[in-house]
Amino acid sequence: MTPLLVVRNLRAGYGATAVLHGIDLAVAEAGITALLGANGAGKTTTLRAISGTVHRRGEIRLTGERIDGCRTEDVARRGVAHVPDGRGTFRELTVDENLRLGAYTRPAADAAEDRARVFGWFPVLRSRLRQQAGTLSGGEQQMLAIARALLLRPRLLLLDEPSFGLAPIVVGEIFAIMRDIRRVAGVGILLVEQNAALALDLADQACLLETGRIVVAGPADVLRADTTVRRSYLGY
Amino acid sequence: MLGFWHQILAGVATGGIYASLALALVMIHQATHHINFAQGEMATFSAYLAYALMVSGVPYWGAFGITVVLSFALGALIERVLLRPLAHAPDLTLIGVFIGLLLILNALCGWIWDFTIKPFPSPFGSRPLLGGLVSSAELGTIAVTFVMLLLIWAFFRFTKLGLAMRAVAHNPESSRLVGIRVGAMLALGWGLAAAVGAVAGMMIAPVVFLDPNMMSGILLYAFAGALLGGLDNPFGAVLGGFLVGVIENVGGAYLVGTELKLSLALAVIAFVLMLKPSGLLGRAVASRV
Repeated sequence: MTPLLVVRNLRAGYGATAVLHGIDLAVAEAGITALLGANGAGKTTTLRAISGTVHRRGEIRLTGERIDGCRTEDVARRGVAHVPDGRGTFRELTVDENLRLGAYTRPAADAAEDRARVFGWFPVLRSRLRQQAGTLSGGEQQMLAIARALLLRPRLLLLDEPSFGLAPIVVGEIFAIMRDIRRVAGVGILLVEQNAALALDLADQACLLETGRIVVAGPADVLRADTTVRRSYLGY
Repeated sequence: MLGFWHQILAGVATGGIYASLALALVMIHQATHHINFAQGEMATFSAYLAYALMVSGVPYWGAFGITVVLSFALGALIERVLLRPLAHAPDLTLIGVFIGLLLILNALCGWIWDFTIKPFPSPFGSRPLLGGLVSSAELGTIAVTFVMLLLIWAFFRFTKLGLAMRAVAHNPESSRLVGIRVGAMLALGWGLAAAVGAVAGMMIAPVVFLDPNMMSGILLYAFAGALLGGLDNPFGAVLGGFLVGVIENVGGAYLVGTELKLSLALAVIAFVLMLKPSGLLGRAVASRV
């Protein structure tokens, strides 16, 4: 079976500064791959390179089809939903408008169905429809960001630190929902996460990124047992 | 007293034109974070287009419609050809382009239609109505600008395309991530601004007469209006435009005389920048440095 996402020899950076020095990774259909690493290792840049928000070279294939030449809006239209760091919500617009924008490329009938499903996962959003997105709590904003991404009916979800700045109980809630999303919607997820224990728990595959290179990659269980990963990122 | 109320209504009529042009300025400002200094000249050019159409025998409202459509296309074209390649250019480059565009359009009007002042027809005549309270031209101008502003508001408020354009103005990066074609939205924004400006140009031309420089003063009033209301708020810009129209008319009649009316606009700009730089409805932006 062709994997959902295959990345080969991906290089990217900002201006003259190279951040990624040729990385390889893959996400299986309805699989979750966790991307671990310290600050500045290039985790966020990897997601940006896949969605085309930074200049990139190398090979990116979505179900076998190359998307590395596509512009960001076309990558999105092919079913890659990116929840960027800082969440990328439209803070000045209402929750309802944010959700409508999430479904921008979808036919109206599909959008209504997806919306009902998303409200099943995030019931709090239904009661906040008229509220300006910027006034939501951090957890609610993260939920809105994921909900907005799901309304694109993506095949692949790129999540950048969904736990960032949130209370542990909210983080637990969001991770439980992600597990469910993968199961129900069959969405593949590439997850960037600081909290390695949490990420390895959720993921089937994982890669460890150090200064723009993948140093360890394999099934999540194997990485959990890896001494480097354990000492540096799990802290025991 | 009748005279006073007449000044107010006449102020609302010209204020509607300032409001339209202020709205055009704010629409471009939200997308590019710059003031399009050529907005006035774009409107002048549109008014000349309407004039040329009418001279060649097209009836007023036909010429009006064609001009709005042509102006929309020209505005979108300007974005595509001139501004798209400069998406990452420094501020000064953009300002240079806007000023260049102003000079080119201004000279082009004079070159094609010569520099002599020409009368421009008003479809509303100039009969006094309501016992001299308001003229039919003023009432017609008020009606046209109100209908246009209402249409623009409804477009942005109720349509998917309008929502996408607002999203791009607020956050182009995230707009791309949901699949919005940002480039197309920017071109659309320029087209809309040019079309709104065209209506303003055709409404003011019967009052100030058609000549290549007819909009230079008007643009200053519009800018004062946009600044008064808040450069980042379309509602504010419209409100500010109307206010400046009324201030100009009442102040010109009772305070400074018609000769010094333009200085009222400059005074408004100076006072807003000194006392409330974000404008009446604008949001103050705090940034860490």
